[in-house]
Amino acid sequence: MRPARVLLVGVPLAFLGAFFLWPLASILWTSLVPGGRFDAGAFGEVLTDGGLLGVAWFTLWQAALSTALTLAAALPAAYVFARYEFPGKRLLRAAATIPFVLPTVVVGTAFLALAGPNGALGIRLDGTVWAILAAHVFFNYAVVLRTVGGLWSHLDPRLEEAARSLGAGRWRTFTTVTLPLLRPAIAAAASIVFLFTFTSFGVVLVLGGAGVRTLEVEIYRQTTTLFDLPVAAVLALLQLAGVTAVLLAYSRYQERSAVEQSLRPAAETARRPRGAREWALVLGVLSSMALVLGLPPAVLLRRSLAPGGGWGLDFYRALGEAGRTAAQTVDAAAAVWNSLAFAAAAAAIALVIGLMSAAVVAAGRGRASRWFDALLMLPLGTSAVTIGFGFVVALDAPVDLRASVWLIPLAHALVAVPFVVRSVVPVMRSVRTRLREAAAVLGASPRRVWREIDLPIVSRAAAVGAGFAVAVSLGEFGATAFVARPDTPTMPVAIFRYLGRPGEANLGRAMAMSVILMAVTAAAIALVERFRAPGTGTF
Amino acid sequence: MRRSAAFALAAALLAPALAAGPAAARDGAPGGVVRLLTHESFAVSDGVLDDFTAQTGYRVEILTGGDAGQIVNQAVLAAGNPVADVLFGVDTTFLSRALEGGVFEEYVSPRLGVVPEALRAGPMVTPIDVGDVCVNYDKAAFEAAPPPASLDDLTAPAYRDMLVVEHPGTSSPGLAFLLATISRYGEDGDYTWRDYWADLRANGVQVTQGWEEAYYGAFSGGSGGGDRPLVVSYASSPPAEVVYAAEPTDTAPTAVLTDGCFRQVEYAGILAGTPHRAGAEALIDFLLSPRFQEDVPLAMFVFPASTEAALPDVFVAHTAVPADPEQIDPAAVEANRARWIDEWADVVLGDPPGSSPVVPALAGAAAVLALAAGAWWLRRREG
Repeated sequence: MRPARVLLVGVPLAFLGAFFLWPLASILWTSLVPGGRFDAGAFGEVLTDGGLLGVAWFTLWQAALSTALTLAAALPAAYVFARYEFPGKRLLRAAATIPFVLPTVVVGTAFLALAGPNGALGIRLDGTVWAILAAHVFFNYAVVLRTVGGLWSHLDPRLEEAARSLGAGRWRTFTTVTLPLLRPAIAAAASIVFLFTFTSFGVVLVLGGAGVRTLEVEIYRQTTTLFDLPVAAVLALLQLAGVTAVLLAYSRYQERSAVEQSLRPAAETARRPRGAREWALVLGVLSSMALVLGLPPAVLLRRSLAPGGGWGLDFYRALGEAGRTAAQTVDAAAAVWNSLAFAAAAAAIALVIGLMSAAVVAAGRGRASRWFDALLMLPLGTSAVTIGFGFVVALDAPVDLRASVWLIPLAHALVAVPFVVRSVVPVMRSVRTRLREAAAVLGASPRRVWREIDLPIVSRAAAVGAGFAVAVSLGEFGATAFVARPDTPTMPVAIFRYLGRPGEANLGRAMAMSVILMAVTAAAIALVERFRAPGTGTF
Repeated sequence: MRRSAAFALAAALLAPALAAGPAAARDGAPGGVVRLLTHESFAVSDGVLDDFTAQTGYRVEILTGGDAGQIVNQAVLAAGNPVADVLFGVDTTFLSRALEGGVFEEYVSPRLGVVPEALRAGPMVTPIDVGDVCVNYDKAAFEAAPPPASLDDLTAPAYRDMLVVEHPGTSSPGLAFLLATISRYGEDGDYTWRDYWADLRANGVQVTQGWEEAYYGAFSGGSGGGDRPLVVSYASSPPAEVVYAAEPTDTAPTAVLTDGCFRQVEYAGILAGTPHRAGAEALIDFLLSPRFQEDVPLAMFVFPASTEAALPDVFVAHTAVPADPEQIDPAAVEANRARWIDEWADVVLGDPPGSSPVVPALAGAAAVLALAAGAWWLRRREG
């Protein structure tokens, strides 16, 4: 291998090895081989326990159903955002990511206000699987919108026009031209949504009611309450096996489905809606989106402005003032600042690792490449509790990182890397080899080819991935909830601490902080997406 | 090539965060740092820890890591090579696990004399505070009819569909309430705790996974707009409602059923293998000092362990003190926890007749097939 390729493969592998594989292997080893003797009993215990197998089956089918529903809900929006130009589009696209970062406890209270007892919608979904499915669509909508929309906006509309002029109807054009071209992005989005919902934890805890459990919830319960590490480890292995199977199938599929095509700048492919029919389509999709994504945040906004049931900014002022009582639970301004600093660090790490990995995956073919790709995605589908305790067991040497402030962005980046890879690979694969070859024939060095051909096309996708990385970190995804950390509260931690105490002012401050989290997220993502690599013009 | 603006921004934002990080030297000499591992509910007023630094020269660095169960598990996994020097927040229900895991090393504080004999638990840990988990009620809902007066009342028809509890497998107060019922009704006899819970279920008890969902989601007295007037919470929740009211007030909207409360003692201990033994001892002593003990009530809404600490007025006025709280030996909790929770789940959440989730399960199976078929179809279209 050339030195450059060694570096491209080596750095991501070292990162994953140190912060994922090693901690994971350590905790599994500690759990399953206590005192140097392998304990096979836990395997028998899990595999013969009908309840636990039921949990595994439920985990699988709710994830599949959630993925299908999210795709069905968000694909029309991806189309509208890709093909039409309308006022406020950029802001709306950034705002669509807001649900992604909201703590599940907060969204849970909003869902209860809508579809719980005395719910505003007049239906009761709390404690049912429908509440879980609805919440999964709510949280993951942006994944489909952004991942699929990203590629869709670069598809050359002339292909569809050609099909139409040759006599194909709308549906036929869509299924024979558009859909096959979009396949890599749809599969990428579906794989992420599936992993997220397969390892769903907070949503199931908060909305599912007491009887409903996923593997992730069961691992948490076995680990923290019962401290039955062997059983937790077997469940984690079961989860890993399921995730790995899905990922390998996915990357095999992805490899075969990639089509080289001439991608167009997004600005060329989108236009203003023309005529009543197109406007109706755009407005219909946007209003359904507002319904799905807008209602819960609206509840939070209303509650944050309702001291004593009226209207007022009291809760926001309460965030700023030094506590009325002896103890101020969290410094709100510091929480915002900490969140932003961690997000910037996590996004930077995720971009470096993610872009290197994406270059390897996009260029690679064959088994090694597929395993590498699956490995990159694995942290997304691995139990956060398991990884968290893995950190405690494994990261004490050579440098004791266990309680280091560095561990927080590193853990966030672990979850964010798959987003960067998934955003970038479909676009990288679509870049025409002929373009690269032409450039090379004309005398361009490999570096120049990368800069002139790949970078302009890839940087846009990288910005989408970076936006996700920021969101992942702002939402405190991953193992950081389960490890000791220096007292640097972030916005979700602050919300959690406010909600941990009785009193209307605490609930109010939690709601106000949630609204601030929403605003900061939308602003940060809009900002990140404005970045372009130098000289890349309209891409 | 020009460096992209994203990286510049990242670097600019990152620098201060790192400067604020735990880069300070960790030597054990006066002027060094003592690390305190604790749960997310830990709170202390501004200035209190500064007084500790002024008195002893040690600076406290706080590490937070989830709830009590999580920090104990972390400490067990790292036993002998601890991430911190002192652990605060192991409670009655997790004490045995910590002791069995060899988490602590012995230390008997010279200040231990201020703690009642009944709260002490051997030389490994020092009691710091005491709290009771009790059923709370929404006063407004019981203006016409009386609130329940005992655990027995909760199974009466008058209180049908009124109680919300937390799952003992995922919630600390939920576990405490289960333990209270086990302590009260016992494991054997004509009417066991399982019979009691079967009656609670028949009377429409609701179960949530965590305290937040119960108190802010289901409970009608917790300003979250729920519809159930009875919730498992803490004896100190009413004063917190007063202190954290949106408008200043003297009356709490909630009150406490003082029967069937479970007493939880929170302990601190020196983590075995700490290289900073002297600083750790100084911190434990400080946690028992009047300065910290008198801050405890309004910082964490629990009672100080020290009998010499003065209590704030608002705390005295609104906190109910159960006369005879239920208690279970920590060793018995550790030995039976898993079995009790499993049995509880069978009684309370086990399949009720006619409610099997067939429809969603079928829909799920259909979704699995649909995804596979969709992928296959897409591939075929392309030929």
